[in-house]
Amino acid sequence: MADISIEGVERRYGDFTALHAIDLDIQDQEFLVLLGASGCGKTTLLRLIAGLDRQSSGTIKIGDRVVDDVPPRHRGIAMVFQNYAVFPHLTVFENIAFGLRMKKMAEADIEKKVTNAAELMHIEQLLKRYSGQLSGGQRQRVAVARALAMEPDVLLMDEPLSNLDALLRLEMRAELKGVVQASKTTTIYVTHDQVEAMSLADRIAVMHKGHIVQAAKPIDVYRNPATHFVASFIGNPPMNFLDANKVEGGWQVAGMTVDGPSIDRGKLEFAIRPEDLVPAEQGMTGDVKVIEPLGAHQLVTMSVDGRLFRATIDSDEPVQPGSQLTLAPRPDRIRWFDPESENAIAA
Amino acid sequence: MNNSMTSAKRWLWGAVIAILCLWVLVPIYLIIVNTLSSPAEVAGYPKRFWPSFDMESVQFFMGFQGVLDALWNSILVALVTMILSIGLGAPAGYALARFDFPGKNLFRIMVLMTRAFPLPLLALPLAVLFIRTGLDDTIIGLALVHTVLALPFAILITSSLFMGIPFELEEAAWTLGCTRFQAFRKAVLPLVFPGIAASAVFAFVISWNEVFAAAVLTIENRTLTAFLMQSLDESPLHLKFAGGTVLVLPALIFLFAVRKYLFAMWGIANR
Repeated sequence: MADISIEGVERRYGDFTALHAIDLDIQDQEFLVLLGASGCGKTTLLRLIAGLDRQSSGTIKIGDRVVDDVPPRHRGIAMVFQNYAVFPHLTVFENIAFGLRMKKMAEADIEKKVTNAAELMHIEQLLKRYSGQLSGGQRQRVAVARALAMEPDVLLMDEPLSNLDALLRLEMRAELKGVVQASKTTTIYVTHDQVEAMSLADRIAVMHKGHIVQAAKPIDVYRNPATHFVASFIGNPPMNFLDANKVEGGWQVAGMTVDGPSIDRGKLEFAIRPEDLVPAEQGMTGDVKVIEPLGAHQLVTMSVDGRLFRATIDSDEPVQPGSQLTLAPRPDRIRWFDPESENAIAA
Repeated sequence: MNNSMTSAKRWLWGAVIAILCLWVLVPIYLIIVNTLSSPAEVAGYPKRFWPSFDMESVQFFMGFQGVLDALWNSILVALVTMILSIGLGAPAGYALARFDFPGKNLFRIMVLMTRAFPLPLLALPLAVLFIRTGLDDTIIGLALVHTVLALPFAILITSSLFMGIPFELEEAAWTLGCTRFQAFRKAVLPLVFPGIAASAVFAFVISWNEVFAAAVLTIENRTLTAFLMQSLDESPLHLKFAGGTVLVLPALIFLFAVRKYLFAMWGIANR
């Protein structure tokens, strides 16, 4: 159990800067998800924390200890790798016992801890097998059990579910959350899957081009994205963006005048999530292109002000492709972005 | 239709295997049969399928002055070659597989370049150098030359072995409490051991079969190949067969002893 503090950490590969001056504090027992598209630096950051790679500058602390020159084996971490990294020449039992044997633990204790970890991940019937005899999901369970058996201060997971099929991923996600919560271990979890991030995290740190652009509770990241990138990356279907021009008494958006930030700018970007739109007499009008029934809702894809625009509305609403639809945004859900800096602007 | 296809395939498969087996076994069989036959039988015709187990040739050959010494020299040189080429080649192979360093591709090519110079071209300068340094006519001197011949293969074979082992296995071992060396020993070595053994056997066989350098660089301490080349030329046919058997047999026994390491026990790859 430990908190982690990352101060000004940079990682450069020759001329390329993979991480730009990262500052991040992770609380004891927090479940932090590093979320971003591939190549954003999230795995690099995780590997720096693990000690598998060395930062070019900056400091990483685990607990009260600066670990910059501490090898992985002394950092009090355990890691779950994307491709599982289960040792193929050892049985499941020996895989889970591997780290405990390195600690020179007594045989009886090893037996007990391995059994505990195996029961936690529901693989106690597989202890005598080799990884070649296991399915992907089972290997993943072995990898997690092996990490948990170490009773680490910090648990690091690098896209642990990305090699599993969709159904298994859902099942493992819920299970993982329960197991990690019960273990009360500080956890850093890397993923590119925003749904996974939302459902697992106490806090999400969204990464983009080597920067952490926002670190906040999942619902805050969703409701109040800090930048245009976060707004477009999080949420499925994604957030809608429209140009807004300053006019007398507010902002002109797709033929509608809305209240907005009183800021001395000619142009802003207006943003609204698809579920925050309702059909109305007055509002933004567009041509309906495609309708996808989703059960309780229907996803309407339309063109508003020449831009792609999506709305999820009640399925009873009579809408036809080719017709026109007028939608009113929920005023409290409208967000504004500076088109140049791409940062959010308070209304 | 489908059945006949598979049975045709099976026949072809069996035939190919049979041909390959005969390719290897028939010459060995002929050599051994003639070794175990009396000189008269070797020269005579028709041949018997089973040899008469006449040990005259073998006894004469083994009692021949210098054969046992040469056999012992051959084994020593091959063992030293094997140890040197794996001891130097495996770390080089590991470095090629795991690290990016300037001149890596050049290094890879240079490794092969050592095979680009024909040994006869190097023989004279090498002999002069060996005489000056006192390495001529020694086990270690010849083993050094054989190591140069075997090393490129050892490096390239082991580097491809190490490349087949996911680096994450080592990293996982680091996070589980291993030093870099422990991780190698516990997570990589068990997986590459069969392959390393195979490449060690290969080095052994390269040395065992090598005759040119052995003939040029040794006089008193000849290896079996060099000894046989020199003395069998003038020997009668039955003794040539005996010499052939003595040359083949140790390599066969050695291969048989390490055969289980030649087959990957758990598969080399991770999945």
